[in-house]
Amino acid sequence: MIKYIFKRFYHMILVLFIVSIIVFFVMSFTGDPVLMLVPLDATQAQIDAARIELGLDQPLLVQYGIFLKNLLRGDLGNSYAFKQSAIKLIIERMPATFELVVFSIIISIFLAIPLGVYAGAYPKKRSSKTIMLASLLGISLPNFWVGMMLIFIFAVQLQVMPSFGRGDIIEIVGLRLSILTKDGLKHLILPAVMLSIQSMAVLLRLTRAGMMEVMKQDFIKFARAKGALTRTILFKHALKNVLIPVITVFGIQIGKIIAFATVTETIFAWPGMGKLLIDSINRSDRPVIVAYLLVVSFIFVCLNFFVDLMYTFIDPRIDLR
Amino acid sequence: MVNKLLEVKGLKTYFHTFKGTVKAVDGISFSLNRGEILGIVGESGGGKSVAGFSIMKLIEEPGFIQAGEIIFQGEDINRKNEREMKDIRGKDIAMIFQDPMTSLNPLYTIYQQLEEVLKLHSKMGAKARRERCIELLNQVGIPQPADRLNSYPHQFSGGMRQRVIIAIALAAKPKLIIADEPTTALDVTIQAQILQLLKRLVQENNSSLILITHDLAVVSQMVDKIIVMYCGKILEQGKIDDIIYQPAHPYTSGLLNSIPRLRDQKKRLEQIPGIVPNMFQLPAGCNFAPRCRCFRDKCLVDQPEIATIEKEHGVACHFPLLEVGRI
Amino acid sequence: MTKLKIGVLSASVNAENKWSQFLQSEFYFNYKRNIAAIAGTILIILFLLMATVGPLLVPQNPYNLQEISILDAYKPPAWAEDGELRYLLGTDSQGRDILSSIVYGTRVSLFIGITGMLFSCIIGTVLGLVAGFFGGKIDSLIMRIADIQLSFPATLIALFIMSISGRGIVNLLIALTLVGWVIYARTVRGATLAEKKKEYIEAVKVIGLPNYKILFKHILPNVFTSTIVIATIQVGSFVLTEATLSFLGVGVPVTRPSLGLLVKNGYDVLFSGLWWASTFPGLFIMLLVFGINMLGDFMRDELNPRLK
Repeated sequence: MIKYIFKRFYHMILVLFIVSIIVFFVMSFTGDPVLMLVPLDATQAQIDAARIELGLDQPLLVQYGIFLKNLLRGDLGNSYAFKQSAIKLIIERMPATFELVVFSIIISIFLAIPLGVYAGAYPKKRSSKTIMLASLLGISLPNFWVGMMLIFIFAVQLQVMPSFGRGDIIEIVGLRLSILTKDGLKHLILPAVMLSIQSMAVLLRLTRAGMMEVMKQDFIKFARAKGALTRTILFKHALKNVLIPVITVFGIQIGKIIAFATVTETIFAWPGMGKLLIDSINRSDRPVIVAYLLVVSFIFVCLNFFVDLMYTFIDPRIDLR
Repeated sequence: MVNKLLEVKGLKTYFHTFKGTVKAVDGISFSLNRGEILGIVGESGGGKSVAGFSIMKLIEEPGFIQAGEIIFQGEDINRKNEREMKDIRGKDIAMIFQDPMTSLNPLYTIYQQLEEVLKLHSKMGAKARRERCIELLNQVGIPQPADRLNSYPHQFSGGMRQRVIIAIALAAKPKLIIADEPTTALDVTIQAQILQLLKRLVQENNSSLILITHDLAVVSQMVDKIIVMYCGKILEQGKIDDIIYQPAHPYTSGLLNSIPRLRDQKKRLEQIPGIVPNMFQLPAGCNFAPRCRCFRDKCLVDQPEIATIEKEHGVACHFPLLEVGRI
Repeated sequence: MTKLKIGVLSASVNAENKWSQFLQSEFYFNYKRNIAAIAGTILIILFLLMATVGPLLVPQNPYNLQEISILDAYKPPAWAEDGELRYLLGTDSQGRDILSSIVYGTRVSLFIGITGMLFSCIIGTVLGLVAGFFGGKIDSLIMRIADIQLSFPATLIALFIMSISGRGIVNLLIALTLVGWVIYARTVRGATLAEKKKEYIEAVKVIGLPNYKILFKHILPNVFTSTIVIATIQVGSFVLTEATLSFLGVGVPVTRPSLGLLVKNGYDVLFSGLWWASTFPGLFIMLLVFGINMLGDFMRDELNPRLK
């Protein structure tokens, strides 16, 4: 068990290391960071001095060493626009994104899994076919457009929902959350709905495909021969078997939700790290882009690590030694 | 009459597929008394398993029970709805599947899967259920049953899993057990053990058993009655001794002749020439005619109906073999 | 000469045979009864027609400044109160006809989707074949890259590539190819490994057929069905990815707006009540992708033997 965790952990570090190398090289070969750090009217002497100060006159390998050292200290440079630590900017905005993402995941799981189980258990039924067609539409929707239409209908035309910001925020153990206030929840609903549609559709389809395969297995027939209730067969015998492949993809799904949160946050002016990223891209605020990339990579790698651990717990056949 | 547990009349189970209709079970009738053991024999694809599943009403699309009555304890199973069937399955009729490697849910312990039947069909408390589970595992010959309760199926060998499945089938003391090729997937050395175990437990419980197999040698040692099926139809049925010593159908005789015997080393093993016909294009006359050693013109056009030739011994053949000791 | 004729003749007979074989197949039988798949096919054909001959039929070329007039700006769709029949779906803030913009935008979107798919497919298939066939270090290198890449969402990777390289159609194609090859590589590698074990490959190796011939003549045809399903669905997902990137401002250049960029342009005026400028382009993206997915989904169900 410990050996297994250790192995996965090693893999995780390796991926982060590779990401850091890619980021470093991309950043070194696309544009001169010194020119962005010094004032516009800097003299050549000032530029050279800054270059030496930043260690950019050293060979690439040494530069990478410096980059890595700074990275480990959590120092990825200052944002050009905000004049403060890029990583701090991102961490400040993380709870907002986190809240949006978690809420969307909850919505999609609670709708997708039961519907997927149903559609997979009775694939020939008309209602199942309707569910499948709807989910296909769900993955075909341009999700930014859905957000805009939600705003247009509920905020502009009906004026029942707010169209931007987080609303009232309450602070709990250092986390600034809006879900716990009435106004904040109202602000959260539209963006969360927009963000959950696609992952809901994907999860539903995965669950359904898994169900269709599991329902053909002998042990399902054997459970029926025991006289088990349909509910038990679907949600106990079948679903647990379906969950293993679903969970494997779930890490990637959460990653996708985080990625698409950038779009949602941009449309709903939700002050999270995704909106910060898009704003920084439009402002060419490189340190923030780099910091976002590394922070998000870290999150993804951790996610995959936990997903791996999770399904080893569900599946007794996986030998952890 | 009270003694009669199951009576199947004119059962037809068809599968409607893209290529056409497969008449997997095409008008079979038989009956079974309490405590009796019936063997259903035939080559693979002969509709034996479908017949077994029809009795449990576990036929899935595109299959349908087209016609017929399945009278179990005086009531027609075919008219029961899904909810009523749930009370019958596992409690009155239990089933043992062919492949023990895939019949158990890999994600639940033996105990959870065994206990499920008791939860469904008995009013036992948690403690009583646990004791019953241990007792059942003990009965099917699993050593240290109390310790093995919390094992997962993958920690058991194939033979052990089949014992667990037998324990699950017996858990609610069903009146009828349908065993669909229970030993086919097992090693030859274990087959006999499992069959003897099954026979002993069925007798102890005073249950009836339908043993579905392609292996005539297997059933000959166990059963009271035999049905020989071929392409969805019954070719011959009767008491075990009648079938073994006086087979009237050339197919039965062919099956018997293909069993190796220890004492008889002179002759080469015989085989039935040809293969089972395509189920989409069955011959017009007798289904077996193309492979039959003694077919005549009539066999190619006219399908024989089953006819009684002796008490309880029926055969579907225009020209049954009647001489004694034909083997 | 006669030989050639016979060759051509037998080829056409062969094609006819294949066609009638197809018409009798289970695939076609199910296709005829699957309304979604037929609807998808019709949508795809309509969009292809729109992208090819559409520009000849619409009232204006929205990128020819001589053809647009600022006086026609902010016209609502034809059925609304101030609508004009000439501008069926209304006009934008510059006086460009929305329908014409959509037709030109579909061209850009489809071009990027299809070209991106072709590049991904070719590169991914070749890498998958190589990885599966040769194994060893080259295999583990390719698959390791694929694994790492797969743990990141494709849209995010493309977003970063675009944010570094800047907007532009070529950059977009590069970004899409870089995220799109993985799925082909993995699928093709799996199929190659399975195929490689079969005896006939051993046999052709013994004859001394060169590796590239074994790969392209014997193994490639076997991975064709799975590839074609992936490719179909990928065109849809690339159209969406491109639209998302363009919406975020890192996709196509403003001079060649795709459907996604049209939605973005409409977003800027949505709050002032100009709803048609963003609603219709988005609707067309949805219809296009939905059409592709309906057909792709059917194909995947039919061609995946595991679900049958």
